[in-house]
Amino acid sequence: MADSKSYLDMDLLRFTTAGSVDDGKSTLIGRLLYDSKSIFEDQMEAIERASNQKGEERVNLALLTDGLRAEREQGITIDVAYRYFATPKRKFIIADTPGHIQYTRNMITGASTANLAIILVDARHGIVEQTARHSFIASMLGIPHIVYCINKMDLVDYSQERYDQIKDDLEEFSSKLETKDIRFIPISALFGDNVVNRSEKMTWYQGSTLLHELETVHIASDLNHIDCRFPVQYVIRPQSAEHPDYRGFAGRVAGGVFKKGDEVMVMPSGFTSKIAGIDTMDGEIEEAFAPMSVTIRLEDEIDISRGDMIVRPNNSPTSEQDVEAMMCWLSDKPMLPNGKYHLKHTSRDARCMIKNINYKLDINTLHRNEEDKEIKMNDIARIQIRTTIPLFVDRYQRNRTTGSFILIDEATNNTVAACMVI
Amino acid sequence: MSNYNLTHLRELEAEAIYVIREVAAQFENPVLLFSGGKDSIVCYHLARKAFFPAKVPFPLMHVDTGHNFPETIEFRDNLIKKTGDRLIVAHVQDSIDQGRVVEEKGFNASRNKLQTTTLLDAIEANKFDCAMGGARRDEEKARAKERFFSHRDDFGQWDPKNQRPELWNIFNGKKNMGEHFRVFPISNWTEMDIWQYILHEGIDLPMLYFSHTRKCFVRDGIIMGKTDFVITKDEEEIKDMVVRFRTIGDATCTGAVASTAGTLEDIIEEVASTRVTERGGRSDDKRSEAAMEDRKKEGYF
Repeated sequence: MADSKSYLDMDLLRFTTAGSVDDGKSTLIGRLLYDSKSIFEDQMEAIERASNQKGEERVNLALLTDGLRAEREQGITIDVAYRYFATPKRKFIIADTPGHIQYTRNMITGASTANLAIILVDARHGIVEQTARHSFIASMLGIPHIVYCINKMDLVDYSQERYDQIKDDLEEFSSKLETKDIRFIPISALFGDNVVNRSEKMTWYQGSTLLHELETVHIASDLNHIDCRFPVQYVIRPQSAEHPDYRGFAGRVAGGVFKKGDEVMVMPSGFTSKIAGIDTMDGEIEEAFAPMSVTIRLEDEIDISRGDMIVRPNNSPTSEQDVEAMMCWLSDKPMLPNGKYHLKHTSRDARCMIKNINYKLDINTLHRNEEDKEIKMNDIARIQIRTTIPLFVDRYQRNRTTGSFILIDEATNNTVAACMVI
Repeated sequence: MSNYNLTHLRELEAEAIYVIREVAAQFENPVLLFSGGKDSIVCYHLARKAFFPAKVPFPLMHVDTGHNFPETIEFRDNLIKKTGDRLIVAHVQDSIDQGRVVEEKGFNASRNKLQTTTLLDAIEANKFDCAMGGARRDEEKARAKERFFSHRDDFGQWDPKNQRPELWNIFNGKKNMGEHFRVFPISNWTEMDIWQYILHEGIDLPMLYFSHTRKCFVRDGIIMGKTDFVITKDEEEIKDMVVRFRTIGDATCTGAVASTAGTLEDIIEEVASTRVTERGGRSDDKRSEAAMEDRKKEGYF
């Protein structure tokens, strides 16, 4: 664990884990937590007790992450569970997501904020349907780094030949993905080989352990620091004796770097002004970049409200009422053809109508089906929508914040779709 | 480019402020639950940051079991006097007097479970549509699965198997009449993050968190502070011990740890080397392996 002096230098890596049922995801996370000494005695005692009760021969590390009662009974992970650990180099947030197809929506949830995806591959089976699906989802959700862990090496006699064969298959397959930074590690989560500690059984492997990869992968350029985007979340007007005329626009920078004195444009009005100051409770700051939460003051009095976006005059997102997107349907209630839905994009709310389903994608084969227009839970499709008011969008692969939106069922208020602008 | 990278504490802070501002924008009548514990103190600090230089645009609410350490109440009242924000206190004693709940009996009697009724009644009476709180996902297994924006039906219940998917940083706070939300701005913080942040920001805490001498007794291996609210058994010896509290809850079920950590730096060192979770000293979680999950489903915080 980190000591008190180094905490100001640590950064944060969010990663997600995916694999088929029984690929050993929970065991891997348990192993990472256990070997990095992030498990406490009372947690360890609780899982020792539970393992004994079930008559298991060794302590089942998977029990550490299976939080809900139904999961413990069925022995599977049914929802996204978040886990935390830190080493002296970094703090980590793990989104542990289930592998079986009916919970694809949870994997998408976990993947949406991740910097890195660990995809588990069973060394006995190699690439299976779910490997393809998880890889595609990670790539579609714009995760910048993928690490394939070829797990259960203990069950293939730690064979280098088997590992090389799977690695070759994965390399060929993953060349089609958007994600460019792809790595491979042979591991045994059960026995801890190459997870935190180097394997003594696989001396033929010269690369890093999984933890070392997680600690050193370069994430500073994962966010867009080029295109200035500031969705206004809330207008701050104290109207107090001390600040009678203060008007600040609060929000979280979604891209680019904003500096005092910068010329800016406000969408949708198109009015331009200059940044008079960037405020925080700790005082004014010189510049703000993603993902900072700040308050921007402008030199001119312009009518700005929640849902507007502050950008640079020469670099603005497109203002669109007709948007094309890749969509994953998340609800057990099928999509209504030509249905109307509520839409949330950055801090902007709108209504929209599904105009067209260009194709449905088979995420196992990447085959595009243009005939089948029935969209059910976990289906992925390319769609066209028409919105009631313009959205200020960027391509998702360019900016994960301004390129994403969700659809909400107006009758149930449930979040029913995750969409990524093309 | 590499300069444009936030430290983990700054990133967590930015995330929490973003969540708190979403609450103020999406709900008509939100409230920040405030217990006087370090997590809710940090939440309140973040809320003040979110709206500076304006005041926090929602009240704070303390569900008071009546079994608090006096230091907690004194700290709470001083803090509110200083900031001038609005505090509502909902009393468990009122729920007992109204016959809404029945006090537990016996040596391990606690008002912890009774809080749920008082909380839900107060949410209904004040017409709050969102209650923010300082729960963290690293605290407990059931909490690890909770969303930032967590939907509650009109009975205040949580349906863990049917949670709304929560993607990117887009939060869906839409609901029907009578339903409400629980929102957890510091979901992604760990106990260590909280302490480091308190040190870094110079946030004041109740003295209970720091090492002090107190009359204590030991029950089931847990050190308990002696207060008027707990009945001790004959064999339980009351003696002066040097302790501090890792969490501050109801005095009847919050255990202390033997500690000489008198400063934030000492505490961080202690937290870094400790091998027991902070809720390990809370007897309310030990009732069964799924104790928290069951209480949360009913509407507990």
